Amino acid sequence: MTDIAPPKGSGPLARREARLAWGLLLPTISAVALVVVLPLLAIFWISVKPVGLADLRAPEVVLREDLRGGPEQAGDAAEIRYRLRNSSQDRVISQVGFTDTVPEGLTVTQLDPRCTLNGSALACDLGDWQGGYRENLMIPVTVEQAYLDAGLRPQDSEAQVRGRASSVLTDSTFTLDNFARIFDGDEFWGVLGVTLFYSVFGTVGALLFGLFAAMLLNKSFKGQGILRGLYLFPYVSPVIAVAFAWILLFDPFSGSANALLIQMGVTQNSINFFGEKPLALIMVTLFEIWRYFPLSFLFILARMQSIDTDMYEAADMDGASPFQKFWYLSVPQLLGILSVLFLLRFIWTFNKFDDIFLLTGGNAGTRTLTVNVYEQAFAISNIGAGAAVAVVIFGCLLVFSLLFLRFISQEEGL
Amino acid sequence: MDMLRRGYVTAPLLGILWMFAIATTVAIAMSFATGSAFRPSLSGSVVWGGIIGLACLHGALWRPVLAAALVVVVTALGFGPVVTGDGISVVSMLLGAIATAGFAAYGLWRILDEVALGENNRHLFEAAVLRFLTGFGYIFFTAIVLIPFYVMVLTSLKNQAELIQNPLDFSIDLGKGFELFRSYDELFTQFNFGTYLFNSFFISVLTVFITLLFAIPGAYAVARLRFSGRATFSRSILMIYMVPMIVLALPIYIAFSMAGLRNSLGGIILIYPVTTIPVALYMLQGYFRGLPAEIEEAGLMDGLSRLAVIWKITLPLSLPAMASVSLYVFMIAWNEFLLAFMLLDDPSKFTLTRGIASLNSSEIPRQHLMAGSVIATVPIMVLFLGLERFMTKGLTAGSVKG
Repeated sequence: MTDIAPPKGSGPLARREARLAWGLLLPTISAVALVVVLPLLAIFWISVKPVGLADLRAPEVVLREDLRGGPEQAGDAAEIRYRLRNSSQDRVISQVGFTDTVPEGLTVTQLDPRCTLNGSALACDLGDWQGGYRENLMIPVTVEQAYLDAGLRPQDSEAQVRGRASSVLTDSTFTLDNFARIFDGDEFWGVLGVTLFYSVFGTVGALLFGLFAAMLLNKSFKGQGILRGLYLFPYVSPVIAVAFAWILLFDPFSGSANALLIQMGVTQNSINFFGEKPLALIMVTLFEIWRYFPLSFLFILARMQSIDTDMYEAADMDGASPFQKFWYLSVPQLLGILSVLFLLRFIWTFNKFDDIFLLTGGNAGTRTLTVNVYEQAFAISNIGAGAAVAVVIFGCLLVFSLLFLRFISQEEGL
Repeated sequence: MDMLRRGYVTAPLLGILWMFAIATTVAIAMSFATGSAFRPSLSGSVVWGGIIGLACLHGALWRPVLAAALVVVVTALGFGPVVTGDGISVVSMLLGAIATAGFAAYGLWRILDEVALGENNRHLFEAAVLRFLTGFGYIFFTAIVLIPFYVMVLTSLKNQAELIQNPLDFSIDLGKGFELFRSYDELFTQFNFGTYLFNSFFISVLTVFITLLFAIPGAYAVARLRFSGRATFSRSILMIYMVPMIVLALPIYIAFSMAGLRNSLGGIILIYPVTTIPVALYMLQGYFRGLPAEIEEAGLMDGLSRLAVIWKITLPLSLPAMASVSLYVFMIAWNEFLLAFMLLDDPSKFTLTRGIASLNSSEIPRQHLMAGSVIATVPIMVLFLGLERFMTKGLTAGSVKG
């Protein structure tokens, strides 16, 4: 008689299921690893490298060949000329060499000591080159009738060049300059402050607007569907289209908003909405609110419609006034979705790049961390510094995400 | 607080606020429609808003009608809540006056329903305030949503000289006929927008297919199959779709530069689906979880393999979810700007968004820029309005990406 005990470990069926599951997930995991995880690791690597935009192209040997001497009949002497240079002005290429095929009908009369000829295969070994090095290698030949008949020129057979250049991206020079540079001075704290202002007010504003809009549409009336569709327009249309529409609307010289304000006597001179220091930041935050209130509105409306109406009837019986019902019944019910939305939208606003980039290009005190990545990497051409900013963003994000995950496990439903 | 609830305080107060809101709306609407000078007057709104408010208190209908007529007359004389500048046609001025008075009186009549002149209970008062806020909300949201799109469409139909002369004048001369659409014609004939439109469409559709191809099996595995690491996996999916695009765009730019994939639609198609797979997977697994497992188990009992179950049972059942996920992914791909901007430099391979960005230069007139924006916006709007039900569901199904 053996003891009866529940089975331990996983049985064959369970193992088969798990295998299938991983099999189904494999395409996704590999794609995501390739395009998300790998770039993330690359960002960390690049952030400690002194890389500029120009360093992205590794130095290489540039080779051009042609036949000099203009031979016209068999027996004429000519020269195959190889023009070679190092494409980089300051970096070394080591073990430079090339191989080429000498066209039929050209007989090499004298060979450069660095080259060897095997049949028609020419191989040359040119040693190490400093940056900016250039050389013309001449190989004298005699032309035979076969060459003139075939009509193949030396450059018709492509020469294979080789040479090893160390790229800044892969060698072992590391530096902390990138981080020193971005943390240097007040600039970084200014950028961080702008980012926080934009994220906090953008998120809170979008939530409040969304809540207001959801309350408007939380009743059925004719045309409710149309209004709901209309209120989603800012969110579904391409950001580039609406950003340019805003820029035109608020243009300081010929924008309708300025014309309207002047006509109404609110202001005497036209206002440069996207060009003045505190105003530009407020404007991009307003744009963010305008563009993303539909999203909060959808989520809040969905939650509102799932609240039990019995509660409101009971409150009516008890004589609660409309504001009391809102404050003591609706708000507590909506608190969960509001806080989840706040965290999610906060993270997304923090990550937002396109909107500010299109509206102000990060000028007039609107440079957020994400815009700073672009600014450093492409405007100042310092890829390393851009990557360093990206690492900082990623660090912030990690903190937010941990907060969010801790929170979302309490808040089931989203 | 009790003071506020007396009808003779509530009514003028709400009347003033409502009147000012209506006056501003009418002034903006009339300015945008005719290009003439309309502006709201604060003092006019205070005086006449108060009077109409009192007239709209609970009582006979003739009082608000009389008050509204009075406001029309004083507006025409130039002392009303909306003031007009010189040289305005009588018709548009009368139209403005009637709209102001009418909307103000009708709105207040509805808002102050049942509110009496004397003491009101808290219920009546708060209901009136709520009705005021609701009315204000409808006007406010509709205005802020519509104005940018209105400006976008009408700017694209005008020309540079008209735009600079009077930025408020959006009236269109219909007599010009096809000439109105000149910017569109030029975009398609001289700026290659036909190609861009096709590129965007092609890339978006392909992105949808590839995304679904990857996301469906993945979502099914996360939703239905038991394996160790399931919770971790579904969380990391959530985490991944919080990684900012600009952080990834930098290494992708470097890798594409080195691999020679920049300036090719192939490179774009490699990248786009990966940015949408996590969202699609997250949305789909939520839906799969809601399907009853019993149907699938019945299929398994009848001898179908897991893959056959997915193909023959789960997928047909989740067609609505597929529709919303496809729509959503299409929208992301269609609207994508950053990657297209960084990776495409060759004008023959632009997507629509990249094409619009290239129109943003001082040498190209602004109506072209707006016409391009309209071309990019209209297809997604049409698609969205036609399938709004799916879209709304899809957006709330767990997608918060934006």
